[in-house]
Amino acid sequence: MTELVVGAIEAILMVLIGLHLSIFLLYFERKGSALIQDRVGANRAAITGFGRKLGMPNLGIVNTLVADPLKLFTKEDFVPEGADHFLHGLAPFLALFPVLVTFVVIPFGDTITIAGQTFNLQAANLNAAALYLLATIGIGVYGVALGGWASNNRWALLGGIRATAQMISYEIAMGLAIVAVIMTYGTLDLQEMVRSQGGVWFGFLPRWGLFVQPLAFILLLTAGVAESKRVPFDLPEGESELILGYMVEYSGGKQAAFMFTDFAEQALTAMLLVTFFLGGWQVPWLYRDGFHLPGGHIIAVAPLLVSILGIVSFLVKVVVLCAFLGLVRWTLPRFRYDQLMRLGWKGLVPLGLANVLVTAFIVVATGGAH
Amino acid sequence: MVSLSWLMALSAAIFVIGVGGFLTRRNILVMFMSIELMLNAVNLAFVSLGSRLGTMDGQVIVFFVMTVAAAEAAVGLAIIISIFRSRETVHADDLTLLKW
Amino acid sequence: MPAGLFWFLAALSILAALGVVLQRNPVHCLLALVLTLLAIAVLFIGQDAIVVGFLQAIVYAGAVMVLFLFVIWLLNLPVESGPTGHLALKLFGTLAVAALLAELAVFLVPSRLQLKFSSAHAAGYGSIDALSQTLFSEYLIAFEVTSVLLLVAVIGAVALARRTTQAELQERKEASARVEKAA
Repeated sequence: MTELVVGAIEAILMVLIGLHLSIFLLYFERKGSALIQDRVGANRAAITGFGRKLGMPNLGIVNTLVADPLKLFTKEDFVPEGADHFLHGLAPFLALFPVLVTFVVIPFGDTITIAGQTFNLQAANLNAAALYLLATIGIGVYGVALGGWASNNRWALLGGIRATAQMISYEIAMGLAIVAVIMTYGTLDLQEMVRSQGGVWFGFLPRWGLFVQPLAFILLLTAGVAESKRVPFDLPEGESELILGYMVEYSGGKQAAFMFTDFAEQALTAMLLVTFFLGGWQVPWLYRDGFHLPGGHIIAVAPLLVSILGIVSFLVKVVVLCAFLGLVRWTLPRFRYDQLMRLGWKGLVPLGLANVLVTAFIVVATGGAH
Repeated sequence: MVSLSWLMALSAAIFVIGVGGFLTRRNILVMFMSIELMLNAVNLAFVSLGSRLGTMDGQVIVFFVMTVAAAEAAVGLAIIISIFRSRETVHADDLTLLKW
Repeated sequence: MPAGLFWFLAALSILAALGVVLQRNPVHCLLALVLTLLAIAVLFIGQDAIVVGFLQAIVYAGAVMVLFLFVIWLLNLPVESGPTGHLALKLFGTLAVAALLAELAVFLVPSRLQLKFSSAHAAGYGSIDALSQTLFSEYLIAFEVTSVLLLVAVIGAVALARRTTQAELQERKEASARVEKAA
């Protein structure tokens, strides 16, 4: 019973982390882009001018995190004539929920011992978690596809078809990258994967997956960005050709759900990359009993603090990667649709296959992953 | 533990629904979907029986059924598309070219 | 698998399967089919067929059904109105279904299913290890043949579905003209 309660609390915690990261990304979208493009950005909500009196720059937090969502959720929820009412309402949630339920399998810390009881800091300890997340990502396609179809709008349908084709194509590259990772660690369990990334090579280099599978890292990064339909892969929408793509007939809360899906997918991509390649909750040189610095020094750390440091390390890595994904969005120009398909099928898929092949040879030559 | 009979009954029910759909619907695509229903009913029976016998064979066969279903869907849908291009219909009763 | 979960999934899958057959709009049929597939996937996982269950969700619900959706969109199918097809066929179909149902009911009486039950599974049953051990030893040839089948299916699908270009049509015309001239 306690296990169930703890699991539920951890699941809620994880979903909340995901949602907060999405909000962070939303903020970055407004204010970070302004920073990159050398403009002021959101600046109209300095309530009472409090920050300015202290000489702080206006961060626009109220604009982006309070006013924007309030505006979205109080708008009229419009359903166009001739639309499929049921599916039109269902689609945004069909897109959002698969992403949210994927968060629960990601380990955000090692075991933690509180009051004599040990908890595993992973909400759902699935032993086939890698398959689970491929399945949920695959189901997420339907939200976008049906959103486009149920709107009874040509642009929406075209946007939906583009989005679906893009997501399906890049899912294959994503799957191939994950297969190589699974072969490297010899397990489908994400917690096990993170555990085996502990320790060091050559006395100083952390045993992170990035150094074993650099190609898979790049593949998963690219496929993840494409999967979340962000620039440079934001082909499903285009102001001049498709307006807002599959979202064009959505307003208010439903459109917010669609927008949130993209941000949540980005946060999910960051979490997956951290779990597979950047050591998850591992802190470099930190073991159960404390830091073992490369020079041979040992700094003892209390076990509880080690667990907390793990959680902090996971969050820091995820936030940094999220910021990196935001940077990518505001740095690269967008692709054309045929270029996108060519990159997916002629670039990423063959590279992924080659990576799987080479990994298989190396795993067999070194006597298996176990 | 749910008894095997109930699982088999469920599998049989889905299979029968699939057969009914295949026989009564005339839209080729829906007929195709009914075939998928039947395949899945059989898959369920394979997994249930394999699980009770404690062998992996049932699951391996399901794996093969899935692969064949994917291949079948690709070819079948391609045939439907080319039929639609030349005859402008997906209604099975309208495809009477081989009847004389 | 807890009994409550089984009953829920059984009711869900039967309702969804009925939806496939009874809905008039092909897209609704397809969604009902996806729901059936997912319910069956959970039934697989509930019986320790974990990998197969997830594969069902990834391959069947996530990929094959999207292909169906694309074809429905491509053909721009209208919603059917009223009963279609010959009534005699419907009658015959219903009778056949009833006969099949009766036969299966007789066959599936609990006393007839004499099987050796081992409901407690060995550790690792249904895991990717166990599945691949069986797949790549006993069923290796079948597996290899399946890969060839998939390749053939891909080539066949492309050959069937792709439009003949104007240049190819021209070429064919010229070729047949040449044949006629020679004759």
